[in-house]
Amino acid sequence: MTKKRKRSFHDISRKSNIAISIFFGIFSLMCVVPFITVIMSSITDEAVLRINGYSLFPEKFNFAAYRYIIEAGSQIIRSFGVSVFVTIVGTIFSVTITAFYAYALSRKSFRYKKFFNYMAVFTMLFGGGLVPTYLIVARVLGLSDSILALILPIGLNAFYIIVMRTFFKTGVPESIVEAAQIDGAGELKTFFRIVLPISLPSIASIALFTTLGYWNDWFSALLYIDAADLTPIQYLLMKIERQMQFLIQNARDMGISSEEVSKLPSETLRMAIVVISTLPIACAYPFFQKYFVTGLTVGSVKG
Amino acid sequence: MMVVNELSYKKTTLKKRRSNLKKNLALLLMILPGAAWLIIFKYLPMFGIGIAFKDFRFFPGGFLSSFFKSAWVGLDNFKFLFASSDAYIIVRNTIGYNTLFIITGTVLAVAFAIMLNEMTYKKLSKIYQTSMFFPYFLSWVIVSYFVFTFLSLDKGMINNLLVFLGMDKVSWYSEPDKWPFFLVFINNWKNLGYSIVFYLAAICSIDKAYYESAMLDGATKWQRIKHITIPHLKPLIITLTILSVGRIFSADFGLFYNVPKESGPLFPVTNVIDTYVYRSLMKSGDIGMSTAAGLFQASVGFILILLTNYIVKKVDKENGIF
Repeated sequence: MTKKRKRSFHDISRKSNIAISIFFGIFSLMCVVPFITVIMSSITDEAVLRINGYSLFPEKFNFAAYRYIIEAGSQIIRSFGVSVFVTIVGTIFSVTITAFYAYALSRKSFRYKKFFNYMAVFTMLFGGGLVPTYLIVARVLGLSDSILALILPIGLNAFYIIVMRTFFKTGVPESIVEAAQIDGAGELKTFFRIVLPISLPSIASIALFTTLGYWNDWFSALLYIDAADLTPIQYLLMKIERQMQFLIQNARDMGISSEEVSKLPSETLRMAIVVISTLPIACAYPFFQKYFVTGLTVGSVKG
Repeated sequence: MMVVNELSYKKTTLKKRRSNLKKNLALLLMILPGAAWLIIFKYLPMFGIGIAFKDFRFFPGGFLSSFFKSAWVGLDNFKFLFASSDAYIIVRNTIGYNTLFIITGTVLAVAFAIMLNEMTYKKLSKIYQTSMFFPYFLSWVIVSYFVFTFLSLDKGMINNLLVFLGMDKVSWYSEPDKWPFFLVFINNWKNLGYSIVFYLAAICSIDKAYYESAMLDGATKWQRIKHITIPHLKPLIITLTILSVGRIFSADFGLFYNVPKESGPLFPVTNVIDTYVYRSLMKSGDIGMSTAAGLFQASVGFILILLTNYIVKKVDKENGIF
């Protein structure tokens, strides 16, 4: 009797529960299956793939694509390295300047906080647009084909500043900061010794967002990078795709030989590159999901 | 005694002021890198919108001298832009898709969040959330490869299925009328997991007492959702909608550029302001006109976000975002 009452209190009926579970089961599968298909295609035998197409259950496995990446994929490894470098350096750069900015905004005693607050918020409402930004970065700063073009232009996000400021304001009691400063700690010391350690979980969530942003960034490369040795992995995939399209579309008109088409990375190799550029995220994100969720929900609170 | 007091008072205020300055100086130094970044990467481009009113050409002597030497042409760039047949298509596509995204995205995310919250198997619900969040973490480049494994003409899984069922293969990348559906589907597929998080968090923060008293009054599950959950989600729905309405003029470049694989036949249904600006910059090199398109986009977005915020504040004082 008690058990029954307990069930009916918050829960839905067994029937609708099962229906909802099945519905979400299908939808969740739809979110994961494409990635599994790509993994499967990357380890399928090239000939089998050509005949049967992409499949979740390939007839014959072949790890040639991965062997190729390890043995001869110098461009692929190079691009992977560029992505790793840009992600690490970019995240450190970005989180540092964001945290400094947000900390200053969070301090009540800071006289110009209103001005700097507006300065950041306004960039969320209005922007110069793609072309002026491109001209400033490429022509005025001359960052084309430089690793800085992959790091600097996406280095700061006003939204993250606001979120982090809210973290500092709500998470760190004013009295602790005051006490530290009465004891003679300067702002830098207060920041590193008091505020940073307390806010570490929240900063981690912003850091993860930033890491993801750098790892997934292909737009900066599309705009500013031509050099092969600076091509990040995501852009490498775009470039390969682009060449494929070009050759397929123009093969007839321009008399491009099948030999040239065959020089392009094979189907399985392309899928293998997709896998290695997704794997770091796929492995890490279930563990970091809770940080993302904290970051998101705090950010949605009006600040 | 008085004098001494006054003196010490003066001394302390002076000290205070000096320490204030010192404090502010340290904070100013900390804010400096970020402020410099904002000026260079956000505010300088804002001044660059002057290009929209110029016949921009490159002159020797760098960008700045090119900027000053280029002739003012007033609104000519805008006139060209709106005279072209592209203008109607790109504005229609941008607003149309974003409207569809906002409506379907909000309805689905709220519905999914409520359903996930009602699920009895909490562990299963967590697994589902995790899987649905996964696509959000991928770049559009990766997603475009995913889509290709389904839609490819000769190797795609959908065509394989069609052949298996005895039907003809379809060349999906040259079928414009199918793409509005695909794009709405793919966009929701990628972003739903992200929006669900907001709504789930909001649902969790609703006071359980409301539900308990509603139960005592004999409210059914559906009534409780309709009269408690949804009204509590309203502020969040409004805030998120305002934010997306403010961005209704800026399309997700990655979705419209990478996923349709730049397929020419699809341009009428996949070209949006963002892809148009990029293509005219990179291909035709018409800097003046693409800046004009970008300025048009930014200004309308800016006005829209102020306007929606104003209207919402009028209707309900508490729900504005600033």
